[in-house]
Amino acid sequence: NISPISHSLTHSDKHKHRNKMAKSPETEHPNKAFGWAARDKSGLLSPFHFSRRDNGENDVTVKILYCGVCHTDLHTIKNDWGFTYYPVVPGHEIVGIATKVGKNVTTFKEGDRVGVGVITGSCQSCESCDQDLENYCPQMAFTYNAIGSDGTKNYGGYSETIVVDQRFVLRFPEGLPSDSGAPLLCAGITVYSPMKYYGMTEPGKHLGVAGLGGLGHVAVKIGKAFGLKVTVISSSPSKEDEAINRLGADSFLVSSDPRNMKAAIGTMDYIIDTVSAVHALFPLLSLLKVNGKLVTLGLPEKPLELPIFPLVLGRKMVGGSDVGGMKETQEMLDFCAKHNITADIELIKMDEINSAMERLAKSDVRYRFVIDVANSLSPP
Amino acid sequence: MAWTTSSITSASAIVLFLHYITLSLSQGGFSFTSPMAKSPEEQHPVNVVGWAAEDSSGVLAPINISRRATGEKDVTFKVLYCGICHTDLHQIKNDWGNTIYPVIPGHEIAGVVTEVGGKVLKFKVGDRVGVGCLVGSCHSCENCANDLENYCPKMILTYNGIYHDGTPTYGGYSNIMVCDESFVISIPENLPLDACAPLLCAGITTYSPLRYFGLDKPGMHVGVVGLGGLGHVAVKLAKAFGVKVTVISTSPDKKIEAIDRLGADSFLVSRDPDQMQAAMGTMDGIIDTVSATHPLLPLIGLLKSHGKLVMVGAPEKPLELPVLPLLTERKLVAGSVIGGIKETQEMINFAAKHNITADIELIPMDYVNTAMERLAKTDVRYRFVIDIGNTLKN
Repeated sequence: NISPISHSLTHSDKHKHRNKMAKSPETEHPNKAFGWAARDKSGLLSPFHFSRRDNGENDVTVKILYCGVCHTDLHTIKNDWGFTYYPVVPGHEIVGIATKVGKNVTTFKEGDRVGVGVITGSCQSCESCDQDLENYCPQMAFTYNAIGSDGTKNYGGYSETIVVDQRFVLRFPEGLPSDSGAPLLCAGITVYSPMKYYGMTEPGKHLGVAGLGGLGHVAVKIGKAFGLKVTVISSSPSKEDEAINRLGADSFLVSSDPRNMKAAIGTMDYIIDTVSAVHALFPLLSLLKVNGKLVTLGLPEKPLELPIFPLVLGRKMVGGSDVGGMKETQEMLDFCAKHNITADIELIKMDEINSAMERLAKSDVRYRFVIDVANSLSPP
Repeated sequence: MAWTTSSITSASAIVLFLHYITLSLSQGGFSFTSPMAKSPEEQHPVNVVGWAAEDSSGVLAPINISRRATGEKDVTFKVLYCGICHTDLHQIKNDWGNTIYPVIPGHEIAGVVTEVGGKVLKFKVGDRVGVGCLVGSCHSCENCANDLENYCPKMILTYNGIYHDGTPTYGGYSNIMVCDESFVISIPENLPLDACAPLLCAGITTYSPLRYFGLDKPGMHVGVVGLGGLGHVAVKLAKAFGVKVTVISTSPDKKIEAIDRLGADSFLVSRDPDQMQAAMGTMDGIIDTVSATHPLLPLIGLLKSHGKLVMVGAPEKPLELPVLPLLTERKLVAGSVIGGIKETQEMINFAAKHNITADIELIPMDYVNTAMERLAKTDVRYRFVIDIGNTLKN
């Protein structure tokens, strides 16, 4: 019963797209393109020929070097949320080189190292867009599995190239490696934006990070860079060593241990909750001090149970957030470059993607797969 | 609003109960021996008459108790009026499982000072004063330091609490109150004592979140869910902030009152899907005063992006939280309970400046049991206030 995340899949857009669907993905646009797509909810990815538009006057064409594998990619290829529009080429953590720039493009030139994240379109004229909050624009278009402004379907970064309006292209800072920096384009901004918005950045305060996966491990690093004390909250005791010794967390709380949890009651100022499965909020809320803030970033299949007494008696809040605007995403990249924050990645070849997806489903990755697109994606 | 042991999960119930016991013990005297060996009448030197419930039937009847002599930091006052808060009803019936009987409720107390202790600086005999939900706190934690006594882990409730000396606290359904100066509120001359008494709970409970969550800026649009004691005061306060107010209610017959009498700008019947649909994405914030279980999804839908749903009612069972709209529109759900003393005084001063009082039905003391029955059916516009001064007899 989940309504589409993608606002751009409106009725009129689908109608426009149906008209365009008279053409095949290969002939829709003038330039041949190649990537890997899922064609049904088995989620199996395989080579896929399609096409990309000509580089318009506001566009940047990007030769893709690397693309991170986000858990959203897995949900989408399997149609977990019920609105996947097959065939789908996932991938929204894209780093590459600009090979063409349109005549109106001033911020990028050929040869620049650039990034493309979760969004590649918005109306550019509403209140949200004016406030650099393109991610909350009602006509926001996702990088993949959404309808672009020309009425055609967007295909993502598991492909050789992508053509993107300059507003949605990011300058990739010097010093930030292309492969391990790629996941910041989703995981990084997803954590950075709510931390800024909800005021979770006061040095010396105590941040809890629930869940230690793609989002969680980046949250630990960003939290430490803000000068926070960080506790990882996880159901897996085996992650403690990594959390503390490799990622720099200050402490580790096993959420399934009631004594552990009781001792930590009322000790945290903020919690970033990255857990996407249905889970109990009450134990997490108990960990918060008065005025504490819990931000939930995962998208469980069912609503969560929210106990009201702890909110009322402690003036606590539960809020959400969804990536960030372009200006803030650039700010986040520059922040990460300055603090040497990258994701911990496992580099894979394109043809390893299906087994990577199987492992991701079991959270068997430390902590993001990144596809070495330029070196392993070759058209047959 | 008191520590509750209603179980959300059995583990959580145990944690809350342990909290309650720890709280009681840390206040230095949840003693089952010496103070409790004395009856309520004998504990202290000052004879006081009140009305108490003796068991969970909730039936109130006269009782003789005693209060401490005026300590050097205490203010003693003759109680003239006491508002009936819905919490009083919950407590006399032991709805939250934590009532210690006999219980004298009442935490919307207004009266006139009769004696002050030697170290009292802010009050003198004859002053008009009030006491709300709190009569004590630790004065040394971070929350107390930030004027947030209402979030102090050792806060002492005006009734059904344990005072620093280990004796039970008794509330405002009584003829005399003795209270530490730092928990006494000064009531400006232009506020009638009877109609402003409910502000000491209902007023601060809605004023505090309107300020804290930034829902007090002129031109904003705030929804108020539920039109009872809390709700009707929320409407008046929000209007005084220059905010556009929409009342959201299950009862269509409250519309005329809401708009013509209370000054709300509009009215939404929450059970009417068309009305709710048309209002989606229009509110900066919502103050939700409803304590019964109710769905959050439609309320979250009424919020604009970045909107805030603030719960001030306290449903006992957890509510379903749809996560998708929180993420895609960056919305939040929060809670709030009363306010600190400094803010309570600020709220009373604000009410005085804007001539805001509660809409009350003044009743004699011996009507209180009938009033409780009517309150259980929300048959009151919108707060009962007991005329203690004139009708509570020795």
